[in-house]
Amino acid sequence: MTLVLQVENLTKHFQMHHLGQRLNAFRGISFTLHAGEFLLLRGPNGVGKSTLLRTLYRSYLPRAGHVWYHTIEGRIDLATAADVDIALLRRREIGFVTQFLIARPRVSAEDIVAEPLRRAGIAAGEALEEARRWLAEFGVKRDLWRAYPTTFSGGEQQKVNLARALILPQRLLLLDEPTASLDVGARAALIRRLAELKAAGVAMIGVFHHPGDVAGLIDREMELTAEEVADDVAV
Amino acid sequence: MTPALRAPELMTTPAMLTMTAVSRRYGNVVALEEVSARAYPGEVLGIVGESGSGKSTLLRMMNLEETPDAGDYRLSLPDQPGNLFDLDRFARRMLCATRIGIVYQNPHLGLLMRNTSSGNVAERLLIAGERSFAALRSRARDALDASEFPLARMDARPVELSGGMQQRVQLAKAIALEPVLLLLDEPTTGLDVSVQALVLDTLKRLQRDRAITMVIVSHDLGVIRTMADRVMVMRGGRVVEEGLADQIFQDPQHEYTQQLVHAKL
Repeated sequence: MTLVLQVENLTKHFQMHHLGQRLNAFRGISFTLHAGEFLLLRGPNGVGKSTLLRTLYRSYLPRAGHVWYHTIEGRIDLATAADVDIALLRRREIGFVTQFLIARPRVSAEDIVAEPLRRAGIAAGEALEEARRWLAEFGVKRDLWRAYPTTFSGGEQQKVNLARALILPQRLLLLDEPTASLDVGARAALIRRLAELKAAGVAMIGVFHHPGDVAGLIDREMELTAEEVADDVAV
Repeated sequence: MTPALRAPELMTTPAMLTMTAVSRRYGNVVALEEVSARAYPGEVLGIVGESGSGKSTLLRMMNLEETPDAGDYRLSLPDQPGNLFDLDRFARRMLCATRIGIVYQNPHLGLLMRNTSSGNVAERLLIAGERSFAALRSRARDALDASEFPLARMDARPVELSGGMQQRVQLAKAIALEPVLLLLDEPTTGLDVSVQALVLDTLKRLQRDRAITMVIVSHDLGVIRTMADRVMVMRGGRVVEEGLADQIFQDPQHEYTQQLVHAKL
């Protein structure tokens, strides 16, 4: 099996200068992930599951440890890689799916969904056709495709968000509670798409409030416990 | 505390803009101290900081309006002009007119207010050697259209236009010659919020469709958050932190950046 991710002793804390305090998120986390593997993160609220996903994606800067990401050209440490390289990997290889859509004013649902394909160099017409296919698949009504999602309900926004996040297959997907606020039809479409991507070799790490939703996809589980979270330290 | 160490870049495409160790003093006042910056093809680099942080001085350096006491500035251009600070006045003016576009906060700095809007844009094209009246007019029209300026008003003078429309004329002038670098100095400051959103949206579209490299300076964190891929935070003429936009806003490292981000409404 092809190695995708090799996490070694990853540690994150937040230095809060105005409080003169350090807030520990997790420490010493190690695991590996292969192509087509699905790793479920478990643990009570506040134990750092979402923080771990954001640290892998580099929205949060790790304090220590390594996140070796393996590509055909070699490995790169996501913990210390230059920002511009992270930006490039996010565009091509590493996706992050959240429950929140960042809608922009005056950009239609179909344009938002087509954008990752356009950026990957696919022609406008073809990208738009594919975007519409995915909007339909996730159950967004046809008369909303050309409307601005800023005005949509939470559930409809979430469907647009998923269509956009999953339209372009990537090598590594980080899933932060993507099923929250989804209706039954959209949830089924999401599971179908994840299964398809997994079969195509996409590696996934997910946090799910109801892991039963993705029970058939899970290969391994990792329990985060409070032991990995040391007490807050004043500095 | 210093930001966490980042490894050197691996990206194979060279930076579009590379500034190295740029310093400038006015008497005893430090305007810029050893500032280095890079912008990559097709990305938006945001620069934030309070008044007097040096962010606007840095942008003026990028537009070659000012020369530093020390430092090196290169753009990735086919003719490889070397350190741009070493160019003479004529070469600088030519380079700025043809390769770099700028939109100022104050439209008076960028436009002749009593010339027509189309005439302001055509002036750029004249510098580049366009002489045919029909071509001047149609190219000016295209640039105004790309800037989402209402073409029915292309012969109105900027002095007769609203603030948002004046910014669109500046933008049209800036992109008329398809520059490799677009500099934006507080482009929406002072505009109504709704107008501001529309102008930012136009910039986003241009960025997506033309993959133009942009540097945007603003004290408005909302503007930077909407626009930028990467962010540099400046204070007292120095760069205190830089990072991916989402990291700067979600996990700021430097004490000053934390204050700045937490102070945002």
